[in-house]
Amino acid sequence: MDSLSCPFPIQQYPQVLLAHGGGGKLMQQLIEKMFTQAFGPKPASGLHDSTVLKLPANKIAFTTDSFVVHPLFFPGGDIGSLAVNGTVNDLAMSGAKPLYLSLGFIIEEGLSMEVLWRIVGSIKKAADRAGVTIVTGDTKVVDRGKGDGIYINTSGIGIIEHGLSIVPTKIRAGDVILINGDIGRHGIAIMATRENLEFETTIESDCAALNDIVSCLIKAGIEIHCMRDLTRGGLASALNEIAQDASKGIQIDEASVPVKEQVASACAIMGFDPLYVANEGRFIAFVPEGQAAKALKILQNHPLGQGACRIGVVSDDPKPLVTLKSFIGANRILDMISGEQLPRIC
Amino acid sequence: MKYLDEYRDPQLAQQLSRQIHKITTKPWVIMEVCGGQTHAIVKFGIDTLLPDKIELVHGPGCPVCVTPLEMIDRALVIAARKDVIFCSFGDMLRVPGSTTDLLAVRAQGGDVRIVYSPMDAVKIAKDNPKKEIVFFAVGFETTAPANAMAVYQAKELGLNNFSLLVSHVLVPPAMEAILSSKSNRVQGFLAAGHVCAVMGYTQYPPIAAKYKVPIIVTGFEPLDILQGIAMCVEQLEEGRFEVENQYTRSVKEYGNQHAQDLISKVFQVIPRKWRGIGEIPQSGLSLTDQYKDYDAEIKFNLEGIKTQESLECISGLILQGIKKPNECSAFGVKCTPEHPLGATMVSSEGACSAYYRYKRTS
Repeated sequence: MDSLSCPFPIQQYPQVLLAHGGGGKLMQQLIEKMFTQAFGPKPASGLHDSTVLKLPANKIAFTTDSFVVHPLFFPGGDIGSLAVNGTVNDLAMSGAKPLYLSLGFIIEEGLSMEVLWRIVGSIKKAADRAGVTIVTGDTKVVDRGKGDGIYINTSGIGIIEHGLSIVPTKIRAGDVILINGDIGRHGIAIMATRENLEFETTIESDCAALNDIVSCLIKAGIEIHCMRDLTRGGLASALNEIAQDASKGIQIDEASVPVKEQVASACAIMGFDPLYVANEGRFIAFVPEGQAAKALKILQNHPLGQGACRIGVVSDDPKPLVTLKSFIGANRILDMISGEQLPRIC
Repeated sequence: MKYLDEYRDPQLAQQLSRQIHKITTKPWVIMEVCGGQTHAIVKFGIDTLLPDKIELVHGPGCPVCVTPLEMIDRALVIAARKDVIFCSFGDMLRVPGSTTDLLAVRAQGGDVRIVYSPMDAVKIAKDNPKKEIVFFAVGFETTAPANAMAVYQAKELGLNNFSLLVSHVLVPPAMEAILSSKSNRVQGFLAAGHVCAVMGYTQYPPIAAKYKVPIIVTGFEPLDILQGIAMCVEQLEEGRFEVENQYTRSVKEYGNQHAQDLISKVFQVIPRKWRGIGEIPQSGLSLTDQYKDYDAEIKFNLEGIKTQESLECISGLILQGIKKPNECSAFGVKCTPEHPLGATMVSSEGACSAYYRYKRTS
């Protein structure tokens, strides 16, 4: 895809016009020349109002997510790869094998056609890597000033090919909590590129599709009780959500949570806690104690799990609180974040 | 992480904890002055490693918390103007004024920007000559040098579209105000290490002598705080009241002379009102006459602002160490980080917010 040049006449339309979402010839041209070029040939039956899919399983997972990230391109990814991986990961967290995605664009009038092409290219690459097909889509163009370049919505369908029920209420006292790597990279990479918070770092987002690493666990017969990807709100929020849904206590050991030095430094400067910073390629898995070592090995043998480790356990405390053993060995609660983390004064 | 991990060593922390247990024979009330220390104490659970006889009370050193309500209201009025880009440190944005906060002003169309350094605001002023750029200059002696530098640079660059809304406060007068209060319980202080990195600690021996309290200049990492407490307890047990420096890796007796020169060039000492405490003489900074063109309070018409504090909020008593957050009937019920009644619940360094985040049990 990288080597392909955009088949759309960019010279003629260097920027997206309102008419590109207007339902007429320009829109048709954009869909046929750019989108179907990238996402596969037009079906023999022609483009239709909806797509008809054959699903091999009787249980499916279905999810949707919208992506409004700014800046559109950031170290380690862009809004396109994020839009694919985000939805793929939501499907993977219920143990589904992601198959199909929809793709809805809301484009601000005036967006450079070249930028749109780069994003389309990135979507294609991420979809290929995750093994999913874009099967339907929509394009709207809004007046200049009424959007932030481009917003993307993706919905996804995955099939469940196993008998597990991977949900918060399945977690049990004694379950071990595993994580697939260091936290906080995505949030800090985004923060570092925002123009009004200038600091230099080489931290790259961890944006990645997690369906393959999850399928390795499932194929190996690991009886996963629950999984959650650690997006907005970070590890702390994911743990709290699960504790509350399951009405179970969770204990975490702060020293065991991996944080890269650059991320830790950036957080220390800004007054952030990495436990609350967003990730796009990290997840936690709750597994029975007896299978924890095997599951950990599987994670560590996968390219997206080399930094995997054990970070805590489910306790038999019926209070749905997350407690954290701090670096110095004292216990405190780890609360859900309220609002967003704001850089502190000093 | 270098310079941090060394000061979070669990074995050394346990060792210091044992030492404090060993030397403590009587009950003592120690105040950590700085909100950053309060935050570290509850975040790392340092208080749980102390003997029951040691009570830590949380001081007024949270700049967000002590910024008076009327100053927040002034910020809100300025930030809502169409010709203004209002720049602030991040944690001021959520502080409730009488009716709203800066985040809401931003949602309503105000151009409110978070900056990490006041110098970023100067750059914004340079890049936006048709806008008025106002920086919310809050904080203690710690942030004063950078804020002074911003005004100094703006003047050097001939920028006339830059101003500061100044609400600077000073630590030693607040410590004196606490000690001279009839309801004071504080017997020893952990002084704010970063303030002392700028100002040194020559201001403290007269306070220690007058009120017979040990004052330990203390850092912010767990081992710093535990060592500061150990040094303070040792003095209390021995009946001494001296100024000692725990935070030697950052603080020199006379502080940072360049920073102090810059502060005195740009700012002058004035009486200031502290939220929840009231006016304290000689406890704040304002711009000198030479820099008054950069004073947002002079530049903008701010008359007719009426303020209304929550009647239930006891943040004033908390900031003076008289009450603890969980002794407030509104704590965690009517007053939460999402719906704060007072500033001590808003700032991540505020005692109420720290208790809510780290010390709730249900």
